[in-house]
Amino acid sequence: MEYVSPEGLRLDGRRPMEMRQLRAEIGAVAKADGSAVFEMGNTKVIAAVYGPREVQNRSQQMNDQALVRCEYSMANFSTGDRRRKPKGDRRSTEISLVIRQSMEACILTHLMPRSQIDIFVQVLQADGGTRSACINAATLALADAGIPMRDLVTSCSAGYLNTTPLLDLNYVEDSAGGPDVTVGILSKLDNVTLLQMDAKLPMDTFENVMQLAIEGCKAVANYIREVLQENTKQLEYRRGV
Amino acid sequence: MRGIQLSLNQTQKPRLERALERLESLSSKSNPNASVTVADTIPVNYEDGVLKGHGTSELDGQVVATLCGVVERVNKLVYVRALRARYKPEVGDIIVGRVMEVAPKRWRLEINFSQDAVLMLSSMNLPDGVQRRRTAVDELNMRTIFEENDVICAEVRGFQHDGSLHLQARSQKYGKLERGQLLTISPYLVKRRKQHFHHLEQYGIDLVLGCNGFIWVGEHVEAKDDMVEDQANKSEQQNSKSTSSPNLEEQEQTYTPLEIRQNICRTANAVRVLSNLGFNITVEAIMETVNLSSTLNLDIHEMLGAEFCVLTAEREAERRSMLTKRKG
Repeated sequence: MEYVSPEGLRLDGRRPMEMRQLRAEIGAVAKADGSAVFEMGNTKVIAAVYGPREVQNRSQQMNDQALVRCEYSMANFSTGDRRRKPKGDRRSTEISLVIRQSMEACILTHLMPRSQIDIFVQVLQADGGTRSACINAATLALADAGIPMRDLVTSCSAGYLNTTPLLDLNYVEDSAGGPDVTVGILSKLDNVTLLQMDAKLPMDTFENVMQLAIEGCKAVANYIREVLQENTKQLEYRRGV
Repeated sequence: MRGIQLSLNQTQKPRLERALERLESLSSKSNPNASVTVADTIPVNYEDGVLKGHGTSELDGQVVATLCGVVERVNKLVYVRALRARYKPEVGDIIVGRVMEVAPKRWRLEINFSQDAVLMLSSMNLPDGVQRRRTAVDELNMRTIFEENDVICAEVRGFQHDGSLHLQARSQKYGKLERGQLLTISPYLVKRRKQHFHHLEQYGIDLVLGCNGFIWVGEHVEAKDDMVEDQANKSEQQNSKSTSSPNLEEQEQTYTPLEIRQNICRTANAVRVLSNLGFNITVEAIMETVNLSSTLNLDIHEMLGAEFCVLTAEREAERRSMLTKRKG
């Protein structure tokens, strides 16, 4: 199948190095300490953060740092065919782990000893790149909850189809079976916190694809920063003195 | 959803926007560009000897924010004041909390902090007002003082060596809160002040603005210090009490007049409106909102509607512009 037309357009009309439209909204869940909705094109994810709060299971309590937990789930209505997915299947366990690890890399856990932070992410609409969207939503929700962080983690995926590196794959491109590289970075520190790839890629093309994904992450970071800045300003001026 | 979630009609929407714009222009004059987000660099003019406070860290010799908030500078200290975050206790704060667990010699309270706070049996006055060592009998009777899910008002005593937060309730004004409503708002909206207990006499209600963002609106109870009373006198009273029918007395105790209940609801709704708009919560602001609603002859439930929300925003913009004019 042809994923990039001779004119250089992809199936959904984007250029190979073009991202889908981003949209973020802070404060989607009233009772959570922090929450956000993050959209990348048709992929839509909601994230809620609770905590730092008292550790529920005393045996997991750590005296020098906070416990970070993460739960990923996909709404039944999120995919094209509506199906009930068992909670805690292999895929969602894996993604929960991935999100937790990349979030732990940026949260300053040592500032909140003997407490726990819960992150819940749910996919409302799945159209490829749910992993990246979840990480971006979780970052926003953590920042909204006022949890101290080293830097903002942002994530973006890139692929390689028809000998062209493609940024931010959607569902059709994702299911083509080509390589799919998901990268998560700390944009200010320039550290990679997440790198996943299925399928194989030659070394030199891999570098190109990864570079493209990193550029995508930086674009996401800029957008997230704008949203947060706007939100902080609004809270401050409304409060007054 | 948090914030303003109302369906505004065509006239209300621009009015609200205008009011909020006005608020924005008022605040931007006084404090421009002080807000930072995570990983923003904080400009420091004098490089040597900067003290990095909360919400900051160092990266390649630069001061970097780790929170979203407002940069504050006190002499050489630079810190970031977080806006939306959990409560950060300070010694002497008056807080409202909910009992989560009755443990040996202590109660554990949920106070919107990163851990549960501890109220020791020994750091509170017993209901009989006698100063003595707490015995095993007292320990067994702890549930007669506070049970699980009771709402309690107390004062922050300090951090223990093991990092746990201890509270105290050594006065009659502290203790169980009954017959009212508990409201949970963001703690950054409550400012620390001299007075956190308020008796609104014209409404016959008590208002406790907990520093942790828990706000109590309840029927006024007369705080009487039992310790001052004569011991012999009291035992006599108790005897006379036991003779009268307890059932009737109980009924009388649990009865709150309708008017006071309405006042409680009205005040609680005022707090809700203000916190939805993200305005600072003070007694003055609450009272003004309550007065505004009663002068407009609004029903209590109408206070949560779109029109009242817009009116409150407009009035707040008016008030703040008056304040700045007076200063100028």
